[in-house]
Amino acid sequence: MASGTIFNIQRYSIHDGPGIRTTVFLKGCPLSCWWCHNPESQKYGVQLVLWRERCIGCGECKRVCPEGAISGGTFPPVIDSEKCSGCGRCAEVCPAVALEMVGKTVSSEYVMREIEKDLIFYDQSGGGVTFSGGEPLMQPEFLAELLEKCKAGDIHTTVDTSGYANWEVLSGIAGITDLFLYDIKHMDDLVHTRTVGVSNRVILENLEMLARLHNNIIIRFPLVPGINDDRANIEKTAQFVSRVGIREVNILSYHNTGMDKYARLGRDYRLTDTREPSKELIDSACEIFSQYGINVKIGG
Amino acid sequence: MNERVKKLRQQSVEAVPCISIERARLVTEAYREYSGKVSVPMLRALTFKHLMENKTVCINPDELIVGERGPAPQATPTYPELCCHSLEDLDIIDKRDKIFFRVSDEVKRIQRDVIIPYWKGRSIRDIIFSQMSDEWIDCYNAGIFTEFMEQRAPGHTVADGKIYKKGFLDFKKDIEESLQSIDYLNDPDAYDKQEQLMAMLICADAIIAYAKRHAQKAVELAKTEQNPERKRELERIAEVCSHVPANAPRDFWEALQAYWFVHIGVITELNTWDSFNPGKLDQHLYPFYKKGIEDGTLTPEKAKELLECFWVKFNNQPAPPKVGVTLAESGTYTDFANINIGGIKPDGSDGVNEVSYLLLDVIADMKILQPSTNVQISQKTPDRFVKKACEVIRMGMGFPSVFNTDAVVKELIRQGKSIEDARCGGTSGCVETGAFGKEAYILTGYFNIPKVLEITLNNGFDKRTGKKIGLETGDPAEFQSYEELFEAFKKQMRHFIDIKIRGNNIIEKLYATYMPSPFLSIIVDDCIKKGKDYNAGGARYNSNYIQGVGIGTITDCLSAIKFHVFDNKNLTMKELLTALSDNFEGQEKTRQMLRNKTPRYGNDDDYADSIMVSVFETFFKLVDGRKNLKGGSYRIDMLPTTCHIYFGSVTGATPDGRWAEEPLSEGISPVQGADRNGPTAVIKSAAKMDHIKTGGTLLNQKFTPQVLEGDQGLEKLSHLIRSYFRLEGHHIQFNVVSADTLRDAQKNPEKYSDLIVRVAGYSDYFNNLSKKLQDEIIARTEHCSF
Repeated sequence: MASGTIFNIQRYSIHDGPGIRTTVFLKGCPLSCWWCHNPESQKYGVQLVLWRERCIGCGECKRVCPEGAISGGTFPPVIDSEKCSGCGRCAEVCPAVALEMVGKTVSSEYVMREIEKDLIFYDQSGGGVTFSGGEPLMQPEFLAELLEKCKAGDIHTTVDTSGYANWEVLSGIAGITDLFLYDIKHMDDLVHTRTVGVSNRVILENLEMLARLHNNIIIRFPLVPGINDDRANIEKTAQFVSRVGIREVNILSYHNTGMDKYARLGRDYRLTDTREPSKELIDSACEIFSQYGINVKIGG
Repeated sequence: MNERVKKLRQQSVEAVPCISIERARLVTEAYREYSGKVSVPMLRALTFKHLMENKTVCINPDELIVGERGPAPQATPTYPELCCHSLEDLDIIDKRDKIFFRVSDEVKRIQRDVIIPYWKGRSIRDIIFSQMSDEWIDCYNAGIFTEFMEQRAPGHTVADGKIYKKGFLDFKKDIEESLQSIDYLNDPDAYDKQEQLMAMLICADAIIAYAKRHAQKAVELAKTEQNPERKRELERIAEVCSHVPANAPRDFWEALQAYWFVHIGVITELNTWDSFNPGKLDQHLYPFYKKGIEDGTLTPEKAKELLECFWVKFNNQPAPPKVGVTLAESGTYTDFANINIGGIKPDGSDGVNEVSYLLLDVIADMKILQPSTNVQISQKTPDRFVKKACEVIRMGMGFPSVFNTDAVVKELIRQGKSIEDARCGGTSGCVETGAFGKEAYILTGYFNIPKVLEITLNNGFDKRTGKKIGLETGDPAEFQSYEELFEAFKKQMRHFIDIKIRGNNIIEKLYATYMPSPFLSIIVDDCIKKGKDYNAGGARYNSNYIQGVGIGTITDCLSAIKFHVFDNKNLTMKELLTALSDNFEGQEKTRQMLRNKTPRYGNDDDYADSIMVSVFETFFKLVDGRKNLKGGSYRIDMLPTTCHIYFGSVTGATPDGRWAEEPLSEGISPVQGADRNGPTAVIKSAAKMDHIKTGGTLLNQKFTPQVLEGDQGLEKLSHLIRSYFRLEGHHIQFNVVSADTLRDAQKNPEKYSDLIVRVAGYSDYFNNLSKKLQDEIIARTEHCSF
């Protein structure tokens, strides 16, 4: 039985595929998009986060840390990330849940148990389960086993992917996935590399091949002002989508609700000045996609 | 809404609630005249007659449906025979900043000179408190339970369809027939029956006379009316009021007016809990609607206008002023007339019709506090209707609330009702199940379940009042297992429920003896046939309820003790008891651990949920099936109105990390903020309770508006509802408002005078809620959009 690292199981997930769904977030991502609203999903393996405002200064964390990684006054604690081994003892004892381990390694059986809790909601609404991330394709055996178990249990599956993966892995799961939510972030490779951290070549090639193999793919286009909202880029995206024969695009408007998470992880957020896209901008993006005969929807 | 309705609505919303002394004065006159000279049912009937013949007749400008409880909209009478307010009471009622009623000097003077001298010591309230045992009084003061009938009368019932098929002249014939059949030779109750039936005859005449006075008034107004259109309307009002409720209504307008006179009759006779209620209004009105549309005498627009005029009438009647614990448990102007829409017909087929949709439009249009409204959803209910209801819910007023008709029918059948009577039933008040037109289902009081644990943990002693009110079930520090603790808790539960029911038996008898309601008895089967009053067991079915409060809190408390003290030994019972007795002072670490590291109800976690089920089953077994004095049985409900705030205020710190005096959990909802796995997990947890064994449960959830955006948001909400109902959940309702908005409303009340939120089994203006209740709603888990 495969095991993997997840960072959340989100029930009543209503924007990641049809019906009422449970979204399983797999941890670890080869991309590092500037606008990522789940920065805790990027790193592989478990990670310690600190909710400063929750800390009551009881000092339990300092007392139990076997590495002596927690120092300073006790309110809130200062954690030496060099010394921290990620054992999680501090989070275990923290009564106020100010220290939390993001991510846990679990068996596919555990995940299935969680998924199956909401069967009645899937049945009622035509929903199911969505595997998202991070990048779910980065844990291929774990993902494949979960998809197979869902198929055996007649649970609708969606894989929400950046497409940045080995073709063998992607094609391997295509046969056991009901729906793909596939991101296109930018058509220009230079901008893509700069803002996402990797080239878009593999992503676009994979999409072209996947579209021949699988007939249920929805493209997700995160609309980020100042990054990918120029007309030329949207035109190119629409052209490409239309050329590979995909008929559906979801536009996901940029929002900065993930900003606080960067602080908790002790990281900087690059897009502090970026605003949510205006209605005009969204409308014009919709129009461009529509002109290419694509059904476009705002949100998932 | 058209100009007329806009005006009427505005008048209703802007009228300042005040006390009218008229009713108190008339009742006192009647009692002075008749008391001691006639039997009690006759006394009550003659009092009703005196009221209906002399109370002010009020026809407001432009209105189409007529009749007010008081002399003007929001002018609210008092009921000295139930509760005789002291001058201090009146002062408090006048000056309190929430749920006030203005009291004029003239009112105070009459209260002092006329009302108090006659009623002091004679009101039901005075008698109840003088007749209760010391142990009952101690438990009442400690906040173990409340008493519904201490200043309001039983009622808790709903009209069925009979008033649309028969007028009061027809009812009189039925009453006379019953009188004819009295067996004076052999029946020891013959005289009681005679007096009761004679009293009903007087009441039937009185309501007809009351309607006729409106007809006369309308004729007078028409004579001097300059506007020809209004003149015609007044003439029509005169015609309607001459015909109903003496005779069965002939059209849509008359049907609404007939109900309204009955409503005014019921709430003038006594201050009944949950006022009164037309029940399945769409089904009752549909034949009149259809006929009117077919013969061209009615248009959908006219029907809507009439319905909206009807709506205003409910809003004109705030719940009469409450004082003391009754105010604390039900702190609202809402009087809980709760209109049922949809559901099924008596033959079991789908009950949704065009009027059902029209009523949803009216709710959305009116955006007004009263009447409360609910939709009844069965497996047969069309999805389009559910979706349309969700659209109104999305507006964020917390209504219509949503009920599972199939569960309601099952609950009634479990209690022994026939399938037809069950299908004619529905829900009223907040979430209470009843067989409409045939059942007295009397809520007797809230029961503070977490407080019973507090008493158990203190070996029978209540620290707040300094009295030993419970049993000595042992020093909890000596308990060796969780099971031992739970056994002690069960013993205390039985002890307090026994005290409550012993008190109830006396109060039930007091109402049967001194406070019959012959008018209400006319319209509830089988009072006429039995020659018996509604308050004495005349109804076909007679149920008494005790309403459990704080199931979320008690579950988390027991779970915390089981998990931390017995299973994981994170702290000893002694340490826990010290922390509780110190209200966690200096022990924030312990409090945080109890809050955050305990398996809690509302997360679809069997560790906690199985404890919830064991508490629920304990409560059920101790109450359900016990006999009341009217030949019926006790049942349980799980709802709080605003009592979770009051009960919280009398309950010390609890093992779930709750500080002393903080609110308890509301309805069967999880403790505010304890549910962390989203709405489906809450639903799964709540559905582990066997709802069919209750007469109503109450689950509220809070969503940010974004969750319900678009068509998709609506559809997913309706799937959530349907799934809960497949799991046999009884009721669910939603607040669609963000905590940020509510916080802003707290800071800037003037900006939010229209903000209506779901409280428990009802909605209220946010500004009408106490600060504590506002905070409690803000603290409820907010389900966001993912």
